[in-house]
Amino acid sequence: MANVPEDLHYSKDHEWVRVEGDQGVIGITDYAQNSLGDVVYVELPKIGDEFAANESFGSVESVKAVSEVFTPIAGKVVKINESLADAPEKVNSDPYGAGWMVYLKMANPGEVDSMLTAAEYEDFTKAETE
Amino acid sequence: MVDFGGWDMPVQYPAGTIEEHLRTRTHAGLFDVSHMGEIDVAGPDAITFVNRVTSNDVTKLIDGQAQYSALTTPAGTVIDDLLVYRIAHDHLLLVVNAGTTTKDWEWISTQHRGESVKLLNVSEDYCQLAIQGPDALSILQQLTPVPLAAMKYYHFGFGNVDGVSAIISRTGYTGEDGFEVYAAPDKAEQLWNKLLAAGNFGSDTGVLPCGLAARNTLRLEAGMALYGNDIDETTTLYEANLGWICKLDKGEFIGREKLAQQKEAGLKRKLVGFEVTDRGIARDHQDVVIGDQRVGQVTSGSPAPYLKKNIGLAYVPTEFSGVGQEIKIDVRGRLVAAQIVKAPFYKRPK
Repeated sequence: MANVPEDLHYSKDHEWVRVEGDQGVIGITDYAQNSLGDVVYVELPKIGDEFAANESFGSVESVKAVSEVFTPIAGKVVKINESLADAPEKVNSDPYGAGWMVYLKMANPGEVDSMLTAAEYEDFTKAETE
Repeated sequence: MVDFGGWDMPVQYPAGTIEEHLRTRTHAGLFDVSHMGEIDVAGPDAITFVNRVTSNDVTKLIDGQAQYSALTTPAGTVIDDLLVYRIAHDHLLLVVNAGTTTKDWEWISTQHRGESVKLLNVSEDYCQLAIQGPDALSILQQLTPVPLAAMKYYHFGFGNVDGVSAIISRTGYTGEDGFEVYAAPDKAEQLWNKLLAAGNFGSDTGVLPCGLAARNTLRLEAGMALYGNDIDETTTLYEANLGWICKLDKGEFIGREKLAQQKEAGLKRKLVGFEVTDRGIARDHQDVVIGDQRVGQVTSGSPAPYLKKNIGLAYVPTEFSGVGQEIKIDVRGRLVAAQIVKAPFYKRPK
């Protein structure tokens, strides 16, 4: 069973957002990393890049495939997880912790409220697996 | 699970592609390759017939020997790559790719020119399990009385595996020593489970079941072509570096004339191996760029788990095909530096 922490917001593209003040931290979910398999490469945006909600901000690559990563919220990149360049496997081992990808300064802090809750996301992944 | 030539096949097992790949290089991997097709050719003219539809020299085989070869079009391009097994002077078995079995069968069965042969599509009569890696021999030997160490590379024999009658062949698609076992399909599960048990599946140094993704990365490191990616009906054997299975001197065969002409005239393009020198992973179908010119295309691109590099195969114009040539790969709009290197990328220690 995939791990789905209570305190995060989720997207149907399998990203999570954790709110820290006026910033949102984004990563991919345990379910997502598990279906991708071993992550071997993570491409992240540059600090200062701006994204609209649901826009692709980077990609995650397994041996077999490339998957784009979308930001569920609009904002400007203020920090990226540079350690993923040398240790992309953190996305697998600790998707909600050391495997975080970017900090965005949120353009519309209310935006996270329209995302899925942990319970909703769990139901969503269950339906997708069936 | 993914659809592969009409077969539901696992991309990877729970250990994951990287671990499956590494374990095959260091100990052993087990692959269910029952999807491969088999065509039985029997009759007094079996060798003559197969020699005319394939590019390698079938007359060089002895009983119990196998050969890598290709079915060629009149243009010298590749209908499929295959293994030709000589069971007897009047009996051959062709092992072909899953996705091309129907096409191959239709092609071969319309190439009769009066030869006395009986062709049978026996794909459904066989399962095929491949046990590959340095421990493959000792694992399989626990289940069979056939003396495996005495079997040479690209030779095969008939014998029992766990009491099941089988063809045991010292062949594979991983760049490792190993064996492929052909048996009745209803025995597949039994053989699979016995091979896992004999190989100590579950221990850190035991055999691992491997999926399609590891099969692909292993063959790519070993510089082996994948039909549909690196070779197809638009690529000739010489362009694909498969001149070594193209025996122009053996006598007439389909495509011989065009291949001879191409050999004489020289190649315009060639399949080469490359290594990405920047950060980034080259993938199938991405363009190869030199200067501001798009000069070719990646046919297989992937991380190489054992070499810990990002590698690939690509067609490039012959003038840019030398080892050391700097190229760029268009990775989704980003030009990533790469260099042409000698293939195979990986050679197992002897």
